[in-house]
Amino acid sequence: MAKYGFIIDVDRCNGCYSCFLACKDEWIGNDHGKYGAATAEGMNLMRVREIEYGTDDKVKVDYIAIPCQHCKNAPCVAKRPDAFYTRPDGLVILDPAKAADKALLQACPYGCVQWNEKAGIAQKCNGCAHMLDAGEKQTRCSECCPNQALIFGDLDDPNSEISKFAAEHAAELEDFQPAFKAEPSVKYMYLPKPFICGEVTFEGEDVKGAKVTVVCDECGKKYETETDFLGDFEVQGLPTNKPFTVTIEAAGCKPAVLKCRTAGSVNFGEIVLEK
Amino acid sequence: MEKVYTNLTTGGPISVYVEDGKITRVRPLQVPEEDYPKPWTVVDKNGKKYSPPKAMRIAQNILAEKNRLYSEDRILYPMKRVDWDPDGERNPQTRGISGYERISWDEAATIIAKEINRLAPRDANGEFDGHAITAITGSHHNWGIVGYKMAPFGRFFSMLNFTPILDNPDSWEGWMWGAPHMWGFYWRLGQPEQFDLLPDAFKNTDMIVFWSNDPDSTHGIYSGQESNIWRVWLKEMGMKCVFIDPFYNYTNAVMDGTWFAPRPGTDTALAAAIAYQWIIDDTYDHFYIENRTEGFDEFKDYILGKEDGVPKTCEWAAEKTGIPARRIRALAKEWASKRVALAGGVRGGEGSACRTAYGTEEARFLIALAAMQGFGKPGVSIWGTTMGAPADYTWFPGYAEPDSQMGKSRAANIKYAASKVTQRLYRLNYPEDIINGKGSFIGDGFCGQSIAQQFNHHEYPIEGKVKMLWRYGGSFMGTMTETNRYVKLYRHVGENQLDTVINQDCWFGGEAKFADIILPACTNLERNDLGEWSVGGGYTTHAEIGNNWRVIVREQKCVEPLGESKSDYEIFQEVAKKLGVWEQYTDGGKTEDEWAEAFWNISELSKRCSWEEFNKKGYYIVPVPEDYEEHPAFRWYYEGRDCDTQDYLNPKIKAVNNMNTMEPTENSKELGTYSGKLEFASRSLKELSPEDTERPPVPHYIPSWEGHETETYKKYPLQIISPHPRFSFHTHYDTHASWIDEIPCHRMIIDGYAYWVARINPKDAKDRGIKTGDIIELYNERGSVLCAADVTYRVPVGVMHSYGCSAKYDPITTETGATDRGGCVNILTSKRWLSQNVPGMAPNSCLIECRKWEC
Repeated sequence: MAKYGFIIDVDRCNGCYSCFLACKDEWIGNDHGKYGAATAEGMNLMRVREIEYGTDDKVKVDYIAIPCQHCKNAPCVAKRPDAFYTRPDGLVILDPAKAADKALLQACPYGCVQWNEKAGIAQKCNGCAHMLDAGEKQTRCSECCPNQALIFGDLDDPNSEISKFAAEHAAELEDFQPAFKAEPSVKYMYLPKPFICGEVTFEGEDVKGAKVTVVCDECGKKYETETDFLGDFEVQGLPTNKPFTVTIEAAGCKPAVLKCRTAGSVNFGEIVLEK
Repeated sequence: MEKVYTNLTTGGPISVYVEDGKITRVRPLQVPEEDYPKPWTVVDKNGKKYSPPKAMRIAQNILAEKNRLYSEDRILYPMKRVDWDPDGERNPQTRGISGYERISWDEAATIIAKEINRLAPRDANGEFDGHAITAITGSHHNWGIVGYKMAPFGRFFSMLNFTPILDNPDSWEGWMWGAPHMWGFYWRLGQPEQFDLLPDAFKNTDMIVFWSNDPDSTHGIYSGQESNIWRVWLKEMGMKCVFIDPFYNYTNAVMDGTWFAPRPGTDTALAAAIAYQWIIDDTYDHFYIENRTEGFDEFKDYILGKEDGVPKTCEWAAEKTGIPARRIRALAKEWASKRVALAGGVRGGEGSACRTAYGTEEARFLIALAAMQGFGKPGVSIWGTTMGAPADYTWFPGYAEPDSQMGKSRAANIKYAASKVTQRLYRLNYPEDIINGKGSFIGDGFCGQSIAQQFNHHEYPIEGKVKMLWRYGGSFMGTMTETNRYVKLYRHVGENQLDTVINQDCWFGGEAKFADIILPACTNLERNDLGEWSVGGGYTTHAEIGNNWRVIVREQKCVEPLGESKSDYEIFQEVAKKLGVWEQYTDGGKTEDEWAEAFWNISELSKRCSWEEFNKKGYYIVPVPEDYEEHPAFRWYYEGRDCDTQDYLNPKIKAVNNMNTMEPTENSKELGTYSGKLEFASRSLKELSPEDTERPPVPHYIPSWEGHETETYKKYPLQIISPHPRFSFHTHYDTHASWIDEIPCHRMIIDGYAYWVARINPKDAKDRGIKTGDIIELYNERGSVLCAADVTYRVPVGVMHSYGCSAKYDPITTETGATDRGGCVNILTSKRWLSQNVPGMAPNSCLIECRKWEC
């Protein structure tokens, strides 16, 4: 039996919205019977969230595609087993015949259940179960992702593309909202996290190859990097709201020691080294 | 019962699902895995191999094709403006204001034929003198050889001997008007060849400098999102990427590249400083400069300040660009130490920086930098990162090839190759030229025949003034410059007024509402045609190298045309019937399918796949030959060999055997300049335009006529750039596809109205009390436009960004005049040419102020 899942690599996603549009095309005006009713204009079963972080010329933009998380420990199924159910292949379905209840929107902590004003029913992503049951291998969103940032497939088949990708990137896989403890079948990679950056100069020129050490003052975890040809350094993927000490060492200069807290990303701007 | 049809769009091939005569779904072309031929493979420095996925990566907007086809904006019936009476009062002053009444096709064709007969008398041989009729299309409102504008439109108006309006090269102005004087390639309209640069970059390049280039947004023009995965691979192999752009663009964001944000219009100063650093560090390619170029000493004199007393140091450039001198110097040093691909625009050239004042200088400076590092050597190139995949080069006609234009093709018995009227109008000038009853301009717009063609002089009128304008597709209010001019022309009353305006379009767009007669056209999902993905032919030979898969598609009619809409070919037939020239127009009654078959049969591919087989299957994927040999762009020039690329319009090589075989000539080692070498000091400019100080023989940094060094800046201190859009294409898919409008970085829906997005830096926003989601007014002396504010660090202080292609022109009257809330930011841009002798538009040289809108 197949176990379906998604991997969404935020680092690869360029925010093209193909998944968002393909999902609309699949659902708006198209009734898929027991798998789901047609959605109305303005609804998006695939949501895309844009996150901008950093400041000035050290800015980053990420996009997080959010389909139904198809949780193994699904809060919606636990809360409203009268309307939601999990298929043997892991996909979570909202039965359209039992969906005429606005309270169903409260069943999903991710906000994946939406209200169709026109039809008077709640709706959500079904993982394109209707297509898979008809013999297709991909969902509408995964089939058109140009950056291969959204991968769908059978996690029980060790030879599937998604299984191979998951094995290769096991250490990087994370949940969108781990606090929900819902064991989602949608795994993410490189969700946006704070970064610390700066530009190291000495006597008016950029310093290439300076050693940069970033240490978390709470847990002692150490991150090391070097400045690039522009004297720029950057440490990505840091935990939120922790105190850090940044030490910069370059030949012929006094080390510079800086303190910061990752309330957001930290851009030190120009850091001038002294002799 | 569901049925699946094949079709092809500006953004790629699709499978269209139809039930009960209605489109239900539109997906990327569905090709069974076993139908894909063996993919190409490219290898990186570490020997890792890459092959494309077996999928068609279409442009995202195409996924809204169903939504657009059934849009409420579709024009379903012929219509006549209520207060326009061809036999009485014509009321030009109410165009855009008065309403419409539905008329029949017979009435519409009768009225139009009567107007044509009045304005275009025929001689004894039945030949029209149509000088009083002018007509112009937008770009790409559909795809397909039979239905594309150059076919039915071209054939019809050439038959009438109309007054053509020449298109300006609106996407690559600086490259068209600058680059040929330096490296030839006028046959590519100034753009470089891109053959085999993908494998070259993977194997040999150390760093990519994206200069005014956002390929993830502009898609290699028609290649959809095929090349995205190449850049994912480049990122994951650790390729260092630098982005030079006043906007932190989408490709920069996904590749996490290093961002340099010069003030708009100062790219040339930045490039000059890099050249300066290379000269004083002596880190340029002397062999190349001495053997492949000429005029470097004159260039060097300018850079070092011997010519004008101003050395173009990094400190000098820092003041112009706003980028610290140390960072410019560090970039120059790194660049010189690495093998760099310069991504100067989506197809090599054509970034938004070339659409600024003196954009010719930007294009020439990028070529100068590439030449100083010896482009053509392995890993060193001008490569936009969207083309250069291995491909089969068997010739198939693109829409712009003479052989695939209904009026010119060998597939036609009766040809109407071009209008016999000698007068021409120009897209950037025709509003005032028609209103004034006179005008002039230089250049033939797309100057693909020779360098000297840029100086052809045109006067209007010669045969006589125009009285009828026929618009077809698109809306210039969104795309041209200072676009209130186009509104003024429609409403002009007097001796030079337009008596008759026809608009033929699928959607009731920004410009359709100014017409006297509106003709409903259908989309290419509602008619039969054929075409090749991405390949327009003409000046970009073999654009299939922008794709992972080379696909020719039979465009099948998926549904009946909506309402009473008709294909463009059928529309012109309606009028031709009333004029009594249907036989001639249709080349003896050829149907669209007969044309399609004829075009298939003149191509070489018909020898591999029969029409019947192609017709039945709906597509043909052309495999890359097993013995494919790489011939990277410019390698031949670097190595001093005969040109060995498939650049079949290059006049220095000879294309024979139906464009399939290139034979060398005695000049095949040369570029297309006057000297045959790359010219730092242009011989063609010295000869053809010796007095011109605004496009001098040696490229110069010239302060923008609308930049931070002008008087206007004191009153309007924000520089706005308006590049080509990310989620729409020209004016297509915007507005008429409501799903696209729901993408919050395309339009923002505020109180039920979808406002065009304008981006502003947090400091500028704070100074003006603006927050994300506020409605803001952008204004200057030329007009006023409402947008939705996106407050973001993606633009530096003093710069705003808003895409340049709103399809919606929606003026509201205020105490101070008209304000457009459709988002046509080009109302604000100057109509001034790039420079005095360079007839291109410069929308990215524009100063404005902005404020929160209090309605």
